[in-house]
Amino acid sequence: MTHFVFIAASYGVSLLALGLLALWLVLDYRSQRRTLSELEARGVGRRRANRTGESE
Amino acid sequence: MAILDLANPVRFLSLSARILPWIAAAAVVTLAIGFYLAFQAPPDYQQGETVRIMYIHVPFAWLGMFGYSMMAASSIGILVWRHPLADVAHKAAAPVGATFTALCLITGALWGRPMWGTYWVWDARLTSMLVLLLLYLGLMALRAAIDDPNRAGRAAAVLTLVGFINVPIVKFSVDWWNTLHQPASVFRMGGSTIDSSLLWPLLICAVGFTLVFIALHMLGMRTEILRRRVQALEARAAAEALA
Repeated sequence: MTHFVFIAASYGVSLLALGLLALWLVLDYRSQRRTLSELEARGVGRRRANRTGESE
Repeated sequence: MAILDLANPVRFLSLSARILPWIAAAAVVTLAIGFYLAFQAPPDYQQGETVRIMYIHVPFAWLGMFGYSMMAASSIGILVWRHPLADVAHKAAAPVGATFTALCLITGALWGRPMWGTYWVWDARLTSMLVLLLLYLGLMALRAAIDDPNRAGRAAAVLTLVGFINVPIVKFSVDWWNTLHQPASVFRMGGSTIDSSLLWPLLICAVGFTLVFIALHMLGMRTEILRRRVQALEARAAAEALA
């Protein structure tokens, strides 16, 4: 296949970049979800909800 | 019920949790079919085998412009209705759109070297696409530079709308100026100039990458909603500690 290096590099860079973007988004999502769970476990949101009668 | 009432973060989290896995799976299947057809398609009579790069380069270009257009629409939601989900959508689209635009430029350079004899020329299409990437990066930097998220969102929305003038310039640059980049060959008056044996794999790859874009954007939006909840709870915890 002529110009194989250019074709392989195009697909390789694209898959790598999109894979890294997806990985970064998944890790960031998990990190935020873990932090939110820790805050809720400490009762940060619940104390305000109890005072105001809100259901969160 | 007004449509804006439906677009709230709680409903979005619930809906996106259900449909995101399906969109991701559909993206993988569509791209697998698209890549198979792309490598089964005959070589182009002028470009030869390097036409295979077009099956990824062209969707990246479309989605780079699509992402920015979506951010422009979100900007109206931020400035007119001050809608929180519009701000979330705007912020989450920037890194995804920037990645697709950067990949458009990189794959275009890798196609240009064997076809044009150079990786880069200061051609109107290439330059306007580079400006689009700089706009994406500038918007991310602007948000990072302003502490107050509401002010950051409004400033980014204004800059997005000002920069939106670049999107029609990207699209029509090949018509308005004498460029090395070839003119439009898919979406043009008079129909596509590409043979169906090459056009169908291209369109299927475009659908697959669009699904990838939507899935990544949706995941980014979910993360951003959680981040704002975390920030709100941390601020509340700090206030309670002081009281």
